[in-house]
Amino acid sequence: MNLDEAIRLRDPTRLPSRRDEDWRWTDLRGLLRTLPEPSQPLPTDAIGPGPFDGLAGEVLIVANGSGPEEIRIGEGETRTLVLRHISRGDGAHTSRLRIDVGPSARLTLLESHEGGGAGLSLLGVDLQLGADSACERLVVADMDPDAVAVVELDARLAAGAGLSQTLLTTGARRQRFETRVRHPGQGAQVRLDGVYVLRERRHADLTSSVRHEGPGGRTDQLARGMVDDQARAVFQGRIIVQEGADGTDARMAHNALILSDRAEVDARPELEIYADDVACAHGATVGALDDEVLFYMRQRGLPEGEARSLLVASFLGEVIDRVGSPEAAERMRSWLQARIGAGD
Amino acid sequence: MLSLRNLHARVGEREILKGLSLEVPAGEVHAVMGPNGAGKSTLSYVLTGRPGYEVTEGAAELDGVDLLGLEANERAAQGLFLSFQYPLEIPGVPALTFIRTALNAQRRARGEAEMSAPDFLKRARACAADLRMDFDMLKRPLNVGFSGGEKKRMEVLQMALLSPRFMILDETDSGLDIDALRIVSEGVNALRAPDRSMLVITHYQRLLDYIRPDRVHVLADGRIVASGGPEMALELEREGYDKYARAA
Repeated sequence: MNLDEAIRLRDPTRLPSRRDEDWRWTDLRGLLRTLPEPSQPLPTDAIGPGPFDGLAGEVLIVANGSGPEEIRIGEGETRTLVLRHISRGDGAHTSRLRIDVGPSARLTLLESHEGGGAGLSLLGVDLQLGADSACERLVVADMDPDAVAVVELDARLAAGAGLSQTLLTTGARRQRFETRVRHPGQGAQVRLDGVYVLRERRHADLTSSVRHEGPGGRTDQLARGMVDDQARAVFQGRIIVQEGADGTDARMAHNALILSDRAEVDARPELEIYADDVACAHGATVGALDDEVLFYMRQRGLPEGEARSLLVASFLGEVIDRVGSPEAAERMRSWLQARIGAGD
Repeated sequence: MLSLRNLHARVGEREILKGLSLEVPAGEVHAVMGPNGAGKSTLSYVLTGRPGYEVTEGAAELDGVDLLGLEANERAAQGLFLSFQYPLEIPGVPALTFIRTALNAQRRARGEAEMSAPDFLKRARACAADLRMDFDMLKRPLNVGFSGGEKKRMEVLQMALLSPRFMILDETDSGLDIDALRIVSEGVNALRAPDRSMLVITHYQRLLDYIRPDRVHVLADGRIVASGGPEMALELEREGYDKYARAA
Protein backbone atom coordinates (compact mmCIF):
# COMPACT_ATOMS: atom_id res chain seq x y z
CA MET A 1 0.00 0.00 0.00
CA ASN A 2 1.37 3.36 -0.99
CA LEU A 3 -0.97 6.19 -1.89
CA ASP A 4 1.74 8.35 -3.40
CA GLU A 5 2.79 5.60 -5.79
CA ALA A 6 -0.80 4.70 -6.52
CA ILE A 7 -1.43 8.25 -7.73
CA ARG A 8 1.84 8.66 -9.61
CA LEU A 9 1.64 5.27 -11.32
CA ARG A 10 -2.16 5.36 -11.64
CA ASP A 11 -2.25 1.94 -10.07
CA PRO A 12 -5.37 1.26 -7.98
CA THR A 13 -3.89 -1.94 -6.54
CA ARG A 14 -1.51 0.21 -4.51
CA LEU A 15 -4.32 2.14 -2.82
CA PRO A 16 -4.84 1.56 0.89
CA SER A 17 -7.69 -0.86 1.45
CA ARG A 18 -9.71 -2.39 4.25
CA ARG A 19 -7.07 -5.10 4.45
CA ASP A 20 -4.61 -2.55 5.82
CA GLU A 21 -5.42 -2.47 9.51
CA ASP A 22 -5.04 1.31 9.86
CA TRP A 23 -7.24 1.93 6.83
CA ARG A 24 -10.04 -0.51 7.45
CA TRP A 25 -12.58 2.30 8.05
CA THR A 26 -11.26 4.52 5.25
CA ASP A 27 -11.02 2.13 2.38
CA LEU A 28 -9.82 3.81 -0.84
CA ARG A 29 -9.23 0.70 -2.89
CA GLY A 30 -12.84 -0.38 -2.65
CA LEU A 31 -13.96 3.13 -3.53
CA LEU A 32 -11.83 3.82 -6.61
CA ARG A 33 -11.77 1.22 -9.38
CA THR A 34 -9.56 3.38 -11.57
CA LEU A 35 -7.36 6.34 -10.79
CA PRO A 36 -8.07 9.74 -12.30
CA GLU A 37 -5.77 11.46 -14.76
CA PRO A 38 -3.22 13.88 -13.31
CA SER A 39 -4.79 17.22 -12.38
CA GLN A 40 -4.48 20.14 -14.78
CA PRO A 41 -2.31 23.03 -13.64
CA LEU A 42 -4.44 25.60 -11.85
CA PRO A 43 -3.71 29.29 -12.34
CA THR A 44 -3.58 30.98 -8.96
CA ASP A 45 -4.73 34.44 -10.08
CA ALA A 46 -8.44 33.52 -10.19
CA ILE A 47 -8.58 32.06 -6.69
CA GLY A 48 -11.08 33.77 -4.41
CA PRO A 49 -10.76 34.70 -0.75
CA GLY A 50 -9.65 32.18 1.86
CA PRO A 51 -10.76 31.59 5.45
CA PHE A 52 -7.65 33.09 7.07
CA ASP A 53 -7.35 36.17 4.83
CA GLY A 54 -5.80 39.15 6.53
CA LEU A 55 -4.24 37.27 9.43
CA ALA A 56 -0.78 36.94 7.89
CA GLY A 57 1.43 38.93 5.55
CA GLU A 58 2.53 35.85 3.69
CA VAL A 59 0.14 33.64 1.76
CA LEU A 60 1.39 30.46 0.15
CA ILE A 61 -0.79 28.63 -2.32
CA VAL A 62 -0.56 25.02 -3.34
CA ALA A 63 -2.85 24.74 -6.36
CA ASN A 64 -3.64 21.24 -7.64
CA GLY A 65 -0.44 20.05 -6.04
CA SER A 66 1.86 22.82 -7.33
CA GLY A 67 3.38 25.27 -4.92
CA PRO A 68 6.32 25.85 -2.63
CA GLU A 69 8.27 22.78 -1.58
CA GLU A 70 10.27 24.16 1.29
CA ILE A 71 9.92 26.84 3.96
CA ARG A 72 12.55 27.78 6.50
CA ILE A 73 11.93 29.78 9.63
CA GLY A 74 15.28 31.01 10.93
CA GLU A 75 16.51 30.71 14.49
CA GLY A 76 14.54 32.92 16.87
CA GLU A 77 12.19 34.21 14.12
CA THR A 78 8.44 34.58 14.70
CA ARG A 79 6.21 34.14 11.65
CA THR A 80 2.60 33.62 10.71
CA LEU A 81 1.98 31.93 7.38
CA VAL A 82 -1.23 31.27 5.54
CA LEU A 83 -1.05 28.08 3.53
CA ARG A 84 -3.91 27.42 1.13
CA HIS A 85 -4.34 24.03 -0.51
CA ILE A 86 -6.66 24.47 -3.44
CA SER A 87 -7.93 21.60 -5.51
CA ARG A 88 -10.14 21.95 -8.56
CA GLY A 89 -11.35 19.52 -11.18
CA ASP A 90 -11.52 15.73 -11.26
CA GLY A 91 -7.82 14.95 -11.50
CA ALA A 92 -5.32 13.45 -9.08
CA HIS A 93 -2.35 15.20 -7.56
CA THR A 94 0.12 15.06 -4.71
CA SER A 95 2.24 17.63 -2.97
CA ARG A 96 4.82 17.56 -0.25
CA LEU A 97 5.95 20.63 1.65
CA ARG A 98 8.87 20.65 4.02
CA ILE A 99 8.85 23.19 6.84
CA ASP A 100 11.90 23.74 8.94
CA VAL A 101 11.43 25.75 12.11
CA GLY A 102 14.79 26.80 13.56
CA PRO A 103 15.72 26.73 17.23
CA SER A 104 13.62 29.04 19.40
CA ALA A 105 11.59 30.15 16.37
CA ARG A 106 7.79 30.41 16.42
CA LEU A 107 5.50 29.58 13.54
CA THR A 108 1.75 29.98 13.31
CA LEU A 109 0.58 28.05 10.28
CA LEU A 110 -2.96 28.88 9.16
CA GLU A 111 -3.83 26.20 6.70
CA SER A 112 -6.92 25.75 4.61
CA HIS A 113 -8.09 23.02 2.29
CA GLU A 114 -10.51 24.38 -0.26
CA GLY A 115 -12.01 21.99 -2.71
CA GLY A 116 -14.10 21.77 -5.82
CA GLY A 117 -14.53 18.72 -8.04
CA ALA A 118 -14.22 15.02 -7.53
CA GLY A 119 -10.45 14.80 -7.44
CA LEU A 120 -8.05 12.62 -5.53
CA SER A 121 -5.27 14.29 -3.59
CA LEU A 122 -2.47 13.49 -1.21
CA LEU A 123 -1.15 16.57 0.51
CA GLY A 124 1.69 16.26 2.93
CA VAL A 125 3.70 18.45 5.23
CA ASP A 126 6.99 17.43 6.80
CA LEU A 127 7.59 19.57 9.83
CA GLN A 128 10.90 19.77 11.60
CA LEU A 129 10.86 21.67 14.90
CA GLY A 130 14.19 22.81 16.34
CA ALA A 131 15.06 22.98 20.01
CA ASP A 132 12.70 25.18 22.04
CA SER A 133 10.76 26.20 18.93
CA ALA A 134 6.99 26.25 18.71
CA CYS A 135 4.50 25.67 15.95
CA GLU A 136 0.74 26.07 16.06
CA ARG A 137 -0.94 24.54 13.03
CA LEU A 138 -4.56 25.51 12.57
CA VAL A 139 -6.43 23.85 9.75
CA VAL A 140 -9.87 24.33 8.29
CA ALA A 141 -11.01 21.99 5.55
CA ASP A 142 -14.01 22.56 3.33
CA MET A 143 -13.68 20.11 0.50
CA ASP A 144 -15.97 19.10 -2.30
CA PRO A 145 -18.49 16.42 -1.26
CA ASP A 146 -17.09 14.25 -4.08
CA ALA A 147 -13.43 14.74 -3.24
CA VAL A 148 -11.16 11.99 -1.99
CA ALA A 149 -8.28 13.39 -0.01
CA VAL A 150 -5.56 12.41 2.39
CA VAL A 151 -3.71 15.13 4.28
CA GLU A 152 -0.62 14.10 6.17
CA LEU A 153 1.62 15.73 8.72
CA ASP A 154 4.89 14.19 9.74
CA ALA A 155 6.37 16.11 12.62
CA ARG A 156 9.66 15.62 14.34
CA LEU A 157 10.35 17.66 17.45
CA ALA A 158 13.61 18.51 19.16
CA ALA A 159 13.88 18.85 22.94
CA GLY A 160 11.81 21.66 24.40
CA ALA A 161 9.77 22.15 21.21
CA GLY A 162 6.00 22.55 21.17
CA LEU A 163 3.52 21.48 18.52
CA SER A 164 -0.14 22.45 18.76
CA GLN A 165 -2.61 21.45 16.13
CA THR A 166 -6.33 22.06 15.70
CA LEU A 167 -8.10 20.60 12.67
CA LEU A 168 -11.63 21.54 11.69
CA THR A 169 -13.22 19.62 8.89
CA THR A 170 -16.53 19.05 7.17
CA GLY A 171 -15.26 15.88 5.51
CA ALA A 172 -15.48 14.81 1.89
CA ARG A 173 -16.52 11.72 -0.05
CA ARG A 174 -13.62 10.10 1.73
CA GLN A 175 -11.11 12.13 3.66
CA ARG A 176 -8.37 11.42 6.11
CA PHE A 177 -6.15 13.64 8.21
CA GLU A 178 -3.19 11.67 9.41
CA THR A 179 -0.76 13.16 11.89
CA ARG A 180 2.41 11.36 12.89
CA VAL A 181 4.59 12.84 15.59
CA ARG A 182 7.96 11.82 16.90
CA HIS A 183 8.11 13.17 20.40
CA PRO A 184 11.51 13.43 22.09
CA GLY A 185 10.13 14.12 25.58
CA GLN A 186 12.60 16.38 27.38
CA GLY A 187 10.18 19.21 27.87
CA ALA A 188 8.60 18.92 24.44
CA GLN A 189 4.81 19.31 24.34
CA VAL A 190 2.24 18.21 21.83
CA ARG A 191 -1.42 19.14 21.52
CA LEU A 192 -3.39 17.43 18.77
CA ASP A 193 -7.01 18.53 18.59
CA GLY A 194 -9.70 18.12 15.99
CA VAL A 195 -13.34 18.82 15.22
CA TYR A 196 -15.50 17.26 12.55
CA VAL A 197 -18.94 18.41 11.45
CA LEU A 198 -20.27 15.84 9.02
CA ARG A 199 -23.55 15.72 7.15
CA GLU A 200 -25.09 13.90 4.20
CA ARG A 201 -22.78 11.11 3.14
CA ARG A 202 -19.52 12.77 4.11
CA HIS A 203 -16.64 10.97 5.69
CA ALA A 204 -13.77 12.23 7.79
CA ASP A 205 -11.01 10.26 9.45
CA LEU A 206 -8.77 11.77 12.11
CA THR A 207 -5.86 9.43 12.59
CA SER A 208 -2.81 10.20 14.66
CA SER A 209 0.14 8.52 16.20
CA VAL A 210 2.50 10.05 18.70
CA ARG A 211 5.67 8.20 19.55
CA HIS A 212 7.25 9.26 22.82
CA GLU A 213 10.94 8.49 22.40
CA GLY A 214 12.42 10.29 25.41
CA PRO A 215 11.51 10.96 29.04
CA GLY A 216 9.21 13.65 30.43
CA GLY A 217 7.09 14.46 27.37
CA ARG A 218 3.49 15.66 27.33
CA THR A 219 0.77 14.94 24.82
CA ASP A 220 -2.76 16.22 25.11
CA GLN A 221 -5.40 15.33 22.58
CA LEU A 222 -9.04 16.36 22.32
CA ALA A 223 -11.17 15.41 19.34
CA ARG A 224 -14.86 16.16 19.12
CA GLY A 225 -17.38 15.96 16.37
CA MET A 226 -20.91 15.55 15.21
CA VAL A 227 -22.30 13.29 12.55
CA ASP A 228 -25.71 13.69 10.98
CA ASP A 229 -27.62 12.07 8.08
CA GLN A 230 -25.53 9.18 6.75
CA ALA A 231 -22.15 10.66 7.57
CA ARG A 232 -19.30 8.67 9.03
CA ALA A 233 -16.48 9.72 11.31
CA VAL A 234 -13.37 7.77 12.14
CA PHE A 235 -11.07 8.55 15.04
CA GLN A 236 -7.90 6.57 15.48
CA GLY A 237 -5.50 7.88 18.08
CA ARG A 238 -2.39 5.97 18.97
CA ILE A 239 0.10 6.99 21.61
CA ILE A 240 3.23 4.91 21.96
CA VAL A 241 5.45 5.41 24.98
CA GLN A 242 8.74 3.74 24.14
CA GLU A 243 11.10 2.12 26.57
CA GLY A 244 12.98 4.90 28.34
CA ALA A 245 10.27 7.52 27.83
CA ASP A 246 9.67 7.54 31.57
CA GLY A 247 7.53 10.19 33.17
CA THR A 248 5.46 10.69 30.02
CA ASP A 249 2.10 12.37 30.51
CA ALA A 250 -0.37 11.59 27.73
CA ARG A 251 -4.07 12.30 27.62
CA MET A 252 -6.50 11.58 24.85
CA ALA A 253 -10.22 12.18 24.60
CA HIS A 254 -12.67 11.68 21.76
CA ASN A 255 -16.31 12.67 22.15
CA ALA A 256 -18.82 12.33 19.38
CA LEU A 257 -22.43 13.35 18.95
CA ILE A 258 -24.57 11.24 16.67
CA LEU A 259 -27.59 13.13 15.42
CA SER A 260 -29.06 10.54 13.10
CA ASP A 261 -29.74 6.81 13.27
CA ARG A 262 -27.93 6.29 10.01
CA ALA A 263 -24.75 8.15 10.92
CA GLU A 264 -21.73 6.26 12.19
CA VAL A 265 -18.69 6.87 14.37
CA ASP A 266 -15.81 4.43 14.56
CA ALA A 267 -13.26 5.12 17.23
CA ARG A 268 -10.08 3.40 18.24
CA PRO A 269 -7.95 4.96 20.94
CA GLU A 270 -4.76 3.03 21.60
CA LEU A 271 -2.10 3.42 24.23
CA GLU A 272 1.04 1.33 24.03
CA ILE A 273 3.27 1.80 27.04
CA TYR A 274 6.74 0.34 27.44
CA ALA A 275 8.10 2.82 30.01
CA ASP A 276 7.77 3.48 33.73
CA ASP A 277 6.06 6.14 35.79
CA VAL A 278 3.75 7.08 32.95
CA ALA A 279 0.46 8.94 33.33
CA CYS A 280 -1.82 8.03 30.46
CA ALA A 281 -5.54 8.43 30.13
CA HIS A 282 -8.01 8.07 27.36
CA GLY A 283 -11.69 8.65 27.32
CA ALA A 284 -14.19 8.15 24.55
CA THR A 285 -17.89 8.89 24.44
CA VAL A 286 -20.43 8.61 21.67
CA GLY A 287 -23.91 9.88 22.36
CA ALA A 288 -26.94 11.79 21.23
CA LEU A 289 -28.22 15.15 22.39
CA ASP A 290 -30.17 14.84 25.63
CA ASP A 291 -33.93 14.98 24.94
CA GLU A 292 -34.69 16.34 28.41
CA VAL A 293 -32.24 19.19 27.93
CA LEU A 294 -33.73 19.90 24.50
CA PHE A 295 -37.23 20.07 25.96
CA TYR A 296 -36.04 22.38 28.73
CA MET A 297 -34.51 24.73 26.15
CA ARG A 298 -37.62 24.64 23.98
CA GLN A 299 -39.80 25.36 27.01
CA ARG A 300 -37.83 28.57 27.38
CA GLY A 301 -38.65 29.50 23.80
CA LEU A 302 -35.82 28.19 21.65
CA PRO A 303 -36.96 26.50 18.45
CA GLU A 304 -35.65 22.95 18.23
CA GLY A 305 -33.07 23.71 15.53
CA GLU A 306 -31.67 26.63 17.48
CA ALA A 307 -31.53 24.59 20.68
CA ARG A 308 -29.66 21.81 18.89
CA SER A 309 -27.21 24.23 17.28
CA LEU A 310 -26.50 25.90 20.59
CA LEU A 311 -25.75 22.57 22.26
CA VAL A 312 -23.58 21.37 19.39
CA ALA A 313 -21.71 24.69 19.16
CA SER A 314 -20.90 24.72 22.86
CA PHE A 315 -19.82 21.09 22.75
CA LEU A 316 -17.50 21.59 19.79
CA GLY A 317 -16.45 25.09 20.81
CA GLU A 318 -14.54 23.73 23.78
CA VAL A 319 -11.93 22.49 21.31
CA ILE A 320 -11.50 25.99 19.87
CA ASP A 321 -11.08 27.34 23.43
CA ARG A 322 -7.70 25.60 23.39
CA VAL A 323 -6.38 27.44 20.32
CA GLY A 324 -3.50 29.73 21.23
CA SER A 325 -3.88 32.49 18.61
CA PRO A 326 -6.92 34.58 19.58
CA GLU A 327 -7.59 36.10 16.14
CA ALA A 328 -7.38 32.75 14.40
CA ALA A 329 -9.55 31.21 17.12
CA GLU A 330 -12.28 33.79 16.46
CA ARG A 331 -12.08 33.06 12.74
CA MET A 332 -12.34 29.33 13.43
CA ARG A 333 -15.25 29.82 15.80
CA SER A 334 -17.31 31.67 13.20
CA TRP A 335 -16.27 29.16 10.55
CA LEU A 336 -17.55 26.36 12.78
CA GLN A 337 -20.70 28.23 13.77
CA ALA A 338 -21.63 28.75 10.12
CA ARG A 339 -21.25 25.04 9.44
CA ILE A 340 -23.16 23.89 12.51
CA GLY A 341 -26.08 26.16 11.72
CA ALA A 342 -26.11 25.14 8.07
CA GLY A 343 -28.17 21.99 8.52
CA ASP A 344 -31.05 23.45 10.52
CA MET B 1 -56.61 33.16 31.15
CA LEU B 2 -55.99 29.38 31.31
CA SER B 3 -58.84 27.08 30.49
CA LEU B 4 -58.60 23.30 30.63
CA ARG B 5 -61.61 21.23 29.66
CA ASN B 6 -61.93 17.47 30.08
CA LEU B 7 -58.25 16.87 29.45
CA HIS B 8 -57.21 13.27 28.91
CA ALA B 9 -53.55 12.45 28.41
CA ARG B 10 -51.35 9.42 28.38
CA VAL B 11 -47.70 8.54 28.51
CA GLY B 12 -47.09 5.43 26.47
CA GLU B 13 -50.04 3.13 27.10
CA ARG B 14 -50.85 4.60 30.50
CA GLU B 15 -53.64 7.14 30.86
CA ILE B 16 -52.65 9.66 33.53
CA LEU B 17 -55.02 12.60 33.09
CA LYS B 18 -58.60 11.38 33.01
CA GLY B 19 -60.87 14.29 32.32
CA LEU B 20 -59.20 17.22 34.05
CA SER B 21 -61.02 20.57 33.98
CA LEU B 22 -59.69 23.80 35.46
CA GLU B 23 -60.14 27.55 34.97
CA VAL B 24 -57.51 30.04 36.16
CA PRO B 25 -58.68 33.64 35.60
CA ALA B 26 -56.23 36.46 34.90
CA GLY B 27 -54.35 37.77 37.93
CA GLU B 28 -55.04 34.71 40.11
CA VAL B 29 -52.76 32.17 41.70
CA HIS B 30 -54.14 28.66 41.89
CA ALA B 31 -52.58 25.76 43.71
CA VAL B 32 -52.86 22.18 42.57
CA MET B 33 -52.22 19.74 45.38
CA GLY B 34 -52.40 16.02 45.38
CA PRO B 35 -50.79 12.76 46.36
CA ASN B 36 -47.80 11.35 44.52
CA GLY B 37 -48.82 9.75 41.27
CA ALA B 38 -51.97 11.84 40.89
CA GLY B 39 -50.69 13.36 37.64
CA LYS B 40 -49.32 16.71 38.89
CA SER B 41 -46.10 16.66 36.88
CA THR B 42 -47.89 15.16 33.91
CA LEU B 43 -50.24 18.15 33.93
CA SER B 44 -47.29 20.54 33.72
CA TYR B 45 -45.68 18.60 30.88
CA VAL B 46 -48.92 18.23 28.94
CA LEU B 47 -49.51 21.98 29.14
CA THR B 48 -45.97 22.82 28.01
CA GLY B 49 -45.86 20.27 25.19
CA ARG B 50 -43.23 17.80 26.26
CA PRO B 51 -42.76 15.06 23.64
CA GLY B 52 -44.14 11.71 24.76
CA TYR B 53 -47.15 13.21 26.56
CA GLU B 54 -50.09 12.57 24.32
CA VAL B 55 -53.39 14.36 24.72
CA THR B 56 -56.20 12.04 23.63
CA GLU B 57 -59.19 14.22 24.44
CA GLY B 58 -60.15 17.66 25.70
CA ALA B 59 -58.89 21.20 25.25
CA ALA B 60 -56.31 23.55 26.74
CA GLU B 61 -56.42 27.25 25.92
CA LEU B 62 -54.43 30.25 27.04
CA ASP B 63 -56.44 33.42 26.42
CA GLY B 64 -58.38 31.58 23.77
CA VAL B 65 -55.30 30.24 21.96
CA ASP B 66 -55.30 26.47 21.58
CA LEU B 67 -52.08 25.34 23.25
CA LEU B 68 -52.31 21.74 22.14
CA GLY B 69 -51.69 22.58 18.50
CA LEU B 70 -48.45 24.42 19.26
CA GLU B 71 -44.83 23.28 19.61
CA ALA B 72 -43.22 23.62 23.04
CA ASN B 73 -41.29 26.74 21.98
CA GLU B 74 -44.40 28.30 20.44
CA ARG B 75 -46.23 27.82 23.72
CA ALA B 76 -43.34 29.55 25.49
CA ALA B 77 -43.63 32.45 23.05
CA GLN B 78 -47.34 32.61 23.93
CA GLY B 79 -46.20 33.36 27.47
CA LEU B 80 -46.27 29.95 29.12
CA PHE B 81 -43.43 29.23 31.54
CA LEU B 82 -42.72 26.06 33.49
CA SER B 83 -40.44 26.24 36.49
CA PHE B 84 -39.03 22.70 36.50
CA GLN B 85 -38.99 20.53 39.58
CA TYR B 86 -35.50 19.43 38.51
CA PRO B 87 -33.98 22.15 36.32
CA LEU B 88 -31.61 20.79 33.67
CA GLU B 89 -27.92 21.56 33.32
CA ILE B 90 -26.70 22.95 30.01
CA PRO B 91 -22.96 22.40 29.70
CA GLY B 92 -20.98 25.01 27.82
CA VAL B 93 -23.80 27.57 27.53
CA PRO B 94 -23.48 30.47 29.98
CA ALA B 95 -26.75 31.30 31.76
CA LEU B 96 -26.80 34.84 30.37
CA THR B 97 -26.29 33.64 26.81
CA PHE B 98 -29.00 31.06 27.23
CA ILE B 99 -31.61 33.39 28.67
CA ARG B 100 -30.93 36.13 26.14
CA THR B 101 -31.10 33.64 23.25
CA ALA B 102 -34.41 32.31 24.62
CA LEU B 103 -35.83 35.78 25.20
CA ASN B 104 -34.96 36.93 21.71
CA ALA B 105 -36.31 33.72 20.17
CA GLN B 106 -39.62 34.43 21.95
CA ARG B 107 -39.62 38.05 20.84
CA ARG B 108 -38.93 37.07 17.24
CA ALA B 109 -41.77 34.55 17.37
CA ARG B 110 -44.11 37.31 18.60
CA GLY B 111 -42.93 39.69 15.91
CA GLU B 112 -41.19 41.97 18.43
CA ALA B 113 -37.74 43.53 18.12
CA GLU B 114 -34.89 41.70 19.82
CA MET B 115 -33.55 43.09 23.07
CA SER B 116 -30.08 44.59 22.82
CA ALA B 117 -27.23 43.13 24.86
CA PRO B 118 -26.79 46.23 27.10
CA ASP B 119 -30.52 46.45 27.89
CA PHE B 120 -30.61 42.76 28.65
CA LEU B 121 -27.54 42.93 30.91
CA LYS B 122 -29.02 45.82 32.85
CA ARG B 123 -32.21 43.90 33.52
CA ALA B 124 -30.31 40.72 34.37
CA ARG B 125 -28.19 42.58 36.93
CA ALA B 126 -31.27 44.02 38.61
CA CYS B 127 -33.07 40.66 38.72
CA ALA B 128 -30.00 38.90 40.11
CA ALA B 129 -29.72 41.51 42.86
CA ASP B 130 -33.40 41.05 43.78
CA LEU B 131 -32.86 37.32 44.12
CA ARG B 132 -29.61 37.85 46.01
CA MET B 133 -27.65 35.95 43.37
CA ASP B 134 -23.99 36.59 42.64
CA PHE B 135 -23.97 38.04 39.11
CA ASP B 136 -20.88 35.96 38.25
CA MET B 137 -23.06 32.86 38.53
CA LEU B 138 -24.86 34.04 35.42
CA LYS B 139 -21.65 33.86 33.45
CA ARG B 140 -21.24 30.18 34.26
CA PRO B 141 -22.82 27.39 32.20
CA LEU B 142 -26.49 27.23 33.14
CA ASN B 143 -27.09 25.18 36.30
CA VAL B 144 -23.86 23.21 35.91
CA GLY B 145 -22.62 22.41 39.40
CA PHE B 146 -25.32 24.57 41.03
CA SER B 147 -26.97 23.43 44.26
CA GLY B 148 -30.69 22.63 44.33
CA GLY B 149 -31.45 26.04 45.81
CA GLU B 150 -29.31 27.86 43.23
CA LYS B 151 -31.09 26.06 40.42
CA LYS B 152 -34.49 27.13 41.75
CA ARG B 153 -33.33 30.72 42.04
CA MET B 154 -32.10 30.51 38.47
CA GLU B 155 -35.59 29.34 37.45
CA VAL B 156 -37.15 32.37 39.11
CA LEU B 157 -34.54 34.62 37.51
CA GLN B 158 -35.42 33.23 34.08
CA MET B 159 -39.08 33.71 34.88
CA ALA B 160 -38.49 37.34 35.77
CA LEU B 161 -36.43 38.01 32.63
CA LEU B 162 -38.74 36.21 30.22
CA SER B 163 -41.81 37.78 31.91
CA PRO B 164 -44.36 35.13 30.94
CA ARG B 165 -48.14 35.58 31.21
CA PHE B 166 -48.77 32.22 32.74
CA MET B 167 -46.41 30.43 35.07
CA ILE B 168 -46.48 26.83 36.24
CA LEU B 169 -44.39 26.15 39.32
CA ASP B 170 -43.76 22.44 39.63
CA GLU B 171 -42.75 21.52 43.20
CA THR B 172 -40.69 24.69 43.42
CA ASP B 173 -40.15 24.17 47.15
CA SER B 174 -38.49 20.76 46.82
CA GLY B 175 -34.87 20.88 47.87
CA LEU B 176 -35.10 24.38 49.37
CA ASP B 177 -34.22 25.32 52.92
CA ILE B 178 -36.30 27.97 54.69
CA ASP B 179 -34.12 30.93 53.69
CA ALA B 180 -33.99 29.90 50.05
CA LEU B 181 -37.71 29.21 50.10
CA ARG B 182 -38.36 32.75 51.34
CA ILE B 183 -36.15 34.37 48.69
CA VAL B 184 -37.61 32.26 45.89
CA SER B 185 -41.17 32.97 47.06
CA GLU B 186 -40.50 36.70 47.26
CA GLY B 187 -39.21 36.51 43.69
CA VAL B 188 -42.37 34.73 42.58
CA ASN B 189 -44.67 37.08 44.51
CA ALA B 190 -43.00 40.07 42.91
CA LEU B 191 -44.24 38.74 39.57
CA ARG B 192 -47.89 38.67 40.61
CA ALA B 193 -49.80 41.06 38.41
CA PRO B 194 -53.39 41.62 37.22
CA ASP B 195 -52.56 40.28 33.75
CA ARG B 196 -50.54 37.31 34.91
CA SER B 197 -51.60 34.02 36.48
CA MET B 198 -49.89 31.10 38.12
CA LEU B 199 -50.46 27.45 38.75
CA VAL B 200 -48.51 26.29 41.79
CA ILE B 201 -48.14 22.53 41.87
CA THR B 202 -47.12 21.17 45.22
CA HIS B 203 -47.39 18.15 47.43
CA TYR B 204 -46.96 20.07 50.69
CA GLN B 205 -48.77 23.05 52.09
CA ARG B 206 -45.50 24.73 53.21
CA LEU B 207 -44.91 26.64 49.94
CA LEU B 208 -48.43 28.09 50.15
CA ASP B 209 -47.53 29.90 53.37
CA TYR B 210 -45.22 31.98 51.19
CA ILE B 211 -47.09 32.07 47.89
CA ARG B 212 -50.70 32.60 48.94
CA PRO B 213 -53.12 31.04 46.46
CA ASP B 214 -56.53 32.41 45.54
CA ARG B 215 -57.85 28.92 44.97
CA VAL B 216 -56.75 25.41 45.87
CA HIS B 217 -57.58 22.33 43.79
CA VAL B 218 -57.07 18.71 44.69
CA LEU B 219 -55.79 16.50 41.89
CA ALA B 220 -56.32 12.79 42.42
CA ASP B 221 -56.22 10.00 39.87
CA GLY B 222 -56.00 12.37 36.92
CA ARG B 223 -58.92 14.67 37.79
CA ILE B 224 -59.66 17.71 39.92
CA VAL B 225 -61.79 16.16 42.66
CA ALA B 226 -62.25 19.18 44.94
CA SER B 227 -61.67 22.93 44.90
CA GLY B 228 -61.80 25.56 47.58
CA GLY B 229 -60.25 28.67 49.08
CA PRO B 230 -56.77 28.97 50.60
CA GLU B 231 -57.99 27.37 53.83
CA MET B 232 -58.30 24.09 51.98
CA ALA B 233 -54.51 23.76 51.87
CA LEU B 234 -54.40 23.72 55.66
CA GLU B 235 -57.15 21.15 55.82
CA LEU B 236 -55.23 18.93 53.40
CA GLU B 237 -52.10 19.32 55.48
CA ARG B 238 -54.05 18.21 58.57
CA GLU B 239 -56.11 15.43 57.12
CA GLY B 240 -54.06 14.19 54.20
CA TYR B 241 -55.27 13.13 50.78
CA ASP B 242 -56.86 9.87 51.80
CA LYS B 243 -60.47 10.85 51.47
CA TYR B 244 -59.87 12.34 48.01
CA ALA B 245 -57.82 9.39 46.86
CA ARG B 246 -60.76 7.20 47.86
CA ALA B 247 -63.28 9.50 46.28
CA ALA B 248 -61.33 9.37 43.02
